Amino acid sequence: MSTIAMPEPDRRTIDRKDDIVAALKTVVPGAVISQPSETRAYECDALTAYRCPPLAVVLPRSTAEMAAAMAVCHKMGVKVIPRGAGTSLAGGSLPTADSVVLGTARLNAVLEVNPGDRYVRVEAGITNLAVTGAVQEEGFFYAPDPSSQLACAISGNIAMNSGGAHCLKYGVTTNNLLGVTMVLADGEVIQLGGPHADAEGYDLLGVICGSEGQFGIVTEAVLRILPKPEGARPVLIGFDAPETAGECVAGIIRSGVLPVAIEYMDRLCISAVKAFSGADYPDVDALLIVEVEGSPAEIEEQLEKVLKIAEGFNPVVLREARDTDEAAKIWVGRKSAFGAMGRINDYMCLDGTVPVSALSEVLKRTAALSEKHGLQCANVFHAGDGNMHPLILFDANTPGDLERAEAFGADILKVCVEVGGCLSGEHGVGIEKRDLMTAQFSAVDMSAQMKVKDCFDPKWLLNPAKVFPLDVSEAHRAS
Amino acid sequence: MDGMDRVETPDSEAGVCAVVQGARAAREPIEIVGGGTRRALGRPVQAARSLSLCALTGITHYEPGALTIGAAAGTPLEEINAALAAEGQRLSFEPLDHRRLLASEGAPTIGAVAACNLSGPRRIVSGACRDSLIGVRFVDGTGDVVKNGGRVMKNVTGYDLVKLLCGSWGTLGVLTEVTIKVQPISERAVTLVIHDLDIVAAVATMSAALSSPYEVSGAAHLPGAPSRTVLRIEGFARQVDYRLARLADRLKVTPDTLEGAAHDALWREIRDMEPFAGDTRPVWRLSVRPSDAPALGKALQERCGADLMLDWGGGLMVAKLPDTDDAGAAAVREELARFGGHATLTRAPAQLRAAVPVFQPPAPRVAALSEAIRQTFDPDRILNPGRMAA
Repeated sequence: MSTIAMPEPDRRTIDRKDDIVAALKTVVPGAVISQPSETRAYECDALTAYRCPPLAVVLPRSTAEMAAAMAVCHKMGVKVIPRGAGTSLAGGSLPTADSVVLGTARLNAVLEVNPGDRYVRVEAGITNLAVTGAVQEEGFFYAPDPSSQLACAISGNIAMNSGGAHCLKYGVTTNNLLGVTMVLADGEVIQLGGPHADAEGYDLLGVICGSEGQFGIVTEAVLRILPKPEGARPVLIGFDAPETAGECVAGIIRSGVLPVAIEYMDRLCISAVKAFSGADYPDVDALLIVEVEGSPAEIEEQLEKVLKIAEGFNPVVLREARDTDEAAKIWVGRKSAFGAMGRINDYMCLDGTVPVSALSEVLKRTAALSEKHGLQCANVFHAGDGNMHPLILFDANTPGDLERAEAFGADILKVCVEVGGCLSGEHGVGIEKRDLMTAQFSAVDMSAQMKVKDCFDPKWLLNPAKVFPLDVSEAHRAS
Repeated sequence: MDGMDRVETPDSEAGVCAVVQGARAAREPIEIVGGGTRRALGRPVQAARSLSLCALTGITHYEPGALTIGAAAGTPLEEINAALAAEGQRLSFEPLDHRRLLASEGAPTIGAVAACNLSGPRRIVSGACRDSLIGVRFVDGTGDVVKNGGRVMKNVTGYDLVKLLCGSWGTLGVLTEVTIKVQPISERAVTLVIHDLDIVAAVATMSAALSSPYEVSGAAHLPGAPSRTVLRIEGFARQVDYRLARLADRLKVTPDTLEGAAHDALWREIRDMEPFAGDTRPVWRLSVRPSDAPALGKALQERCGADLMLDWGGGLMVAKLPDTDDAGAAAVREELARFGGHATLTRAPAQLRAAVPVFQPPAPRVAALSEAIRQTFDPDRILNPGRMAA
């Protein structure tokens, strides 16, 4: 049994299923899925420990259809679960039995590529990688690169303000989002931002990005695109202690070099990756992959500086990629890390973020917690911005293991908050970290956030039971 | 009339709460003031009381190895800049200084920069102030202290109210502390100067430069005879040479470069709209799609004799208009409506700023959402009432 509670579904809504489905079919014919055998495909996202088929699923083909479906749900008082590609690791698109899933899967057209003004306009169900695909012939790319970029949708990226390995230099989704077309909870459509810079009033675009589908559903987006760098090259640096690697990260960042990525892997992860992908990584306690960009001469200049700093921390291995082939080999290991860990065992992946100066301390305390809870934990993460990814290994078939893993995870996240960090750096709160929000925020802090939710969705129909602890949101709504 | 009848200057966050609670109890609005250099920005606030943040100062944390700094809202920008410079770092977004343009005096504060989301030339590559602002503490209109964000660069825990506060001009809360992501100062900065391009050629040149992989960190077009189109390259010493040469090659121009003090002065001039300082004629800042800038600029020149300068590769048009009874608002908004984007009246006499919308009026539903948010954070309308809209 898992430990995250979901509210009792509303029986009256479930009893009205036929009426609701009929009303949806009237406004979006051919886009409604209501057979239990088919809605089952939407019962979970990438947080697979939690599952619940929705009442129905609608996959609109246009903003107008999305608005019509939303208006029906609003009028009938039915809860709505927005869904992109369903890759959330936090349960961000977990349905409830009394809800309708509104998905952006069919909204995947590229509407306009404008290299001169450096933006692309897309329907929001398009995958992250397809955005880069649409602009790369013009010499551009879309910067945020979550590990799931092959599958994840831009609408989900916007809802969760997704990050990735290369955020250190280019920022996360919110820094690369110029405008949206959004369907509000009552079905009205608004435009925020556009191909120009900055907001004309309050920065509503900034606040809807990362609102976890609780303010509306984004159906179109204007995204900033960047010219492709001339080249990039990673270097591997191995240390015999995790703490030293952490200190080296702060040293590099402080030096004035701004690598595009600094990735960290510990021994447990290195050995799993080697077995899985054949990556030729050294046997060390901690490994950093530092990547810099530019022309060959620029790369040399930056790597020179990086290596000089690294040498001050007595690395046991320093290995430069000599060509693109070697560079690819270095990255293949890192990019396959999650898959490699999954082969060993089930795992839970957290994404608490800490000040870079606290990396060493948090790694140490995570190791101690691993002893305490009796579960192994691998560390592989975006070190440059302090975005940790502890992977807690457990066996879903062993009774009690999931609960132990969840308790271990909660302890790690509390440490992250304690050292000045946060619960989630890029995956979002969803249901997964919902009940830990009180560790980071006071009642007033959460109330301020929930008041903004009230403005966008007064009936709280959008993506219910996420982000805020259930008792906190219930008390807020009752007051 | 600017109300400065009573100024309260709390030196703690609790003191700010007390002032706000007192004002609320008395149903008396307050004008929120930092260094006072930008009181002539936005609509004039009608308030009998004012809350000065000048005593709420000091850097609260600075971690060069994490590229983050936090400071009380009243901390002078100069103090932040000096602390950062001592570690070879800076604010990436080049906050603009309004003292020359508005002929004002005082010491600009970091809180005001955040409250007004003020960004300079490097906005095109490093993002706006709102992109660097990672945490805030503020006192809302009921006197409650709210914190949001934090001091880490990646944070998606809960809603991003930091963005909402940034650029809310004090109408949602009194910022008491801000935390900002910073960047290393480049080893070297050089500007490529291209003379005598018209606005069409200038925008095309800036677009080509910004579409190159050479990380142009400033792209502006200054009027004059001859006009100057300027492209800034920053980086390590050798890197800058390489990039300049490649860029000049790509743009097919003979390299004419500027470096050192003259270079720094040039970008300060662009940042602070200095070509338009020295008089009191209306000045507008228009945020547009860069490729629309030439046609819009021509329309404004023909229709109202505007003087123009461009920054952000053409995405920011600064227009100085002749004195008229609406500061050119009707003309600016009508012409802009043909293209999209938004316009802010940055300099005009108080009576005009009270009479015409200073900020672009949003679409009705967006305006309603914004008003609902304002109502929620400041139910009694005591924080800078009227600053953004009547």
